[in-house]
Amino acid sequence: MSLDQLYQQIILDHSKQRHGSGLAETDAPDGTSTGQSHQLNPVCGDEVTLRLAVSDGTVQQISWDGAGCSISMASASVLSELGEGMSVAELHSVIDNFREVLRSRGKIQADPEILGDAAAFEGVARYAARVKCAMISWVAAEDALNQATA
Amino acid sequence: MTAVSTPASLQRSMHAMDNAEVLRIRNDFPVLDQLVNGKPLIYLDSGATSQNPLSVIEAEQEYYEQRNAAVHRGAHHLAVEATEVFEDARQTVADFIGARYEETVWTSNATEGLNLISYALSNAALWAAQGRGGSGLKDLAIGPGDEIVVTEMEHHANLIPWQELAFRTGATLKYIPVTDEGILRLDAAGDIVGERTKLLAFTHASNVLGTINPVPELVAMARRVGALVVLDACQSVPHMAVDVKELDVDFAVFSGHKMLAPTGVGVMYGKQELLDVMPPFLTGGSMITTVTMERAEYLPAPQRFEAGTQRISQAVALATAVNYLTETGIDRIHAWETELGQRLVKGLESIDGIRVVGPASGLERIGLAAFDVAGVHAHDVGQFLDDRGIAVRVGHHCAQPLHRRLGLTATTRASTYLYNTTDDVDAFLDAVSGVRAYFQA
Repeated sequence: MSLDQLYQQIILDHSKQRHGSGLAETDAPDGTSTGQSHQLNPVCGDEVTLRLAVSDGTVQQISWDGAGCSISMASASVLSELGEGMSVAELHSVIDNFREVLRSRGKIQADPEILGDAAAFEGVARYAARVKCAMISWVAAEDALNQATA
Repeated sequence: MTAVSTPASLQRSMHAMDNAEVLRIRNDFPVLDQLVNGKPLIYLDSGATSQNPLSVIEAEQEYYEQRNAAVHRGAHHLAVEATEVFEDARQTVADFIGARYEETVWTSNATEGLNLISYALSNAALWAAQGRGGSGLKDLAIGPGDEIVVTEMEHHANLIPWQELAFRTGATLKYIPVTDEGILRLDAAGDIVGERTKLLAFTHASNVLGTINPVPELVAMARRVGALVVLDACQSVPHMAVDVKELDVDFAVFSGHKMLAPTGVGVMYGKQELLDVMPPFLTGGSMITTVTMERAEYLPAPQRFEAGTQRISQAVALATAVNYLTETGIDRIHAWETELGQRLVKGLESIDGIRVVGPASGLERIGLAAFDVAGVHAHDVGQFLDDRGIAVRVGHHCAQPLHRRLGLTATTRASTYLYNTTDDVDAFLDAVSGVRAYFQA
């Protein structure tokens, strides 16, 4: 396992050009519900606040604010790009899949058909100490999604 | 601020350590002889925890193979032997810091030692309020209107126990600020330590900045107002000669695992006249004289503060670690690490985009350096170094308020010990110089 497999170019790119970065306004039109979640990794200080809007069962917008390592920032960026436009059920299932791959210690391969750019985080699964970095925004998304659909 | 120099007495009396000697020392540390990611391990995280020489590992094993028993009770042979090595270990560690046997209390680690002091002092307030204990207790009691003073550079272990003590007693917590260069502002401290100050707690050497604080000046400030002084000696006792009597602090704490010993053992030093009146923190077996259905009378220190079966094998191993440091020479170790610390800072300062926190090169610091890399998070720096077999610490190093003060959330820290060569430092510097290019920062 080389460092380059962990830090794939797509991850480095997303860590710099961050999609969805900057929390969007909370005002939501009728029929839209929103959820927001703040997650903190006390070990390293990584922090993400993620907000999303759902209307007609579809995730309309994912925006976030955060500070942390390249893995955590890139992961939030990829998530917000990937998740927008998905149905609530789809996003839940993608989050479950992402978690399963990351917790597999490299035993489960990422399927780009399901995970898109997020498949690039497959290498993180072999670095146990970094799994939380990649997961932090996804945990926030799951929590925000539950709030928006509660 | 003191410029770096080797004391003349040291130059005269002993030869300095060099790489050849360090490589011989390294042979005593089994864990250091391994490959990490296919490269020889370069361990630069001794500020977090140090490694154990074989003699320390064997001391613990030998204790269990030959002497294991409950100390201070039982008349049988093993119990006597166990008690003897346990108390001999206490004397060895007491001698190492210039303390008396009765003043050397075993704890799990420095954190527990600081909590012990914090809880014993709030117990003092409770006891004094109910007329329990001697008249000396009134001087120890902290209450509303009183002030506890710490510094902005404290490790959470020497901060949160005081926040909580302030909460329990109604006292106010105040901070001595640090300069942008990571030096304690003594000018401001003179105003902060005042008539209301009951306790001044500060670190001897900063685990992030590397700064060595001026203990005599701070003790003098506390003495003028009759405040107690608590010294966090975690980053000093393992690395330099510390004499608690000479420093004249009231309490000092340190952890064994940062000085070649196993985890689970540490020391709280306290002046005997304080320990004898101070109420205990943890209560139970082994620390009492007479117990009735209603109440108990307590033993004097050190047993007064050692409730329950103690960490016997760890204490024995800590004494063995102290012997290892003494045989190598703590002054020689300090001189060597000072050289490594200066080499670290000087090297880091010459790399583009690196900001070292704490004193600049040429100014006094212990053998560690923490730094920020422009455009690259500390966690990524640590991963990059680990790929090259180099172990460093990343994050806030349990000093969030200090990092916030410096305008940072996380730094990377390289910390040395007696088993690090200048080649280790150079390999680390070489790797750091490639970090920004790798992350395209």
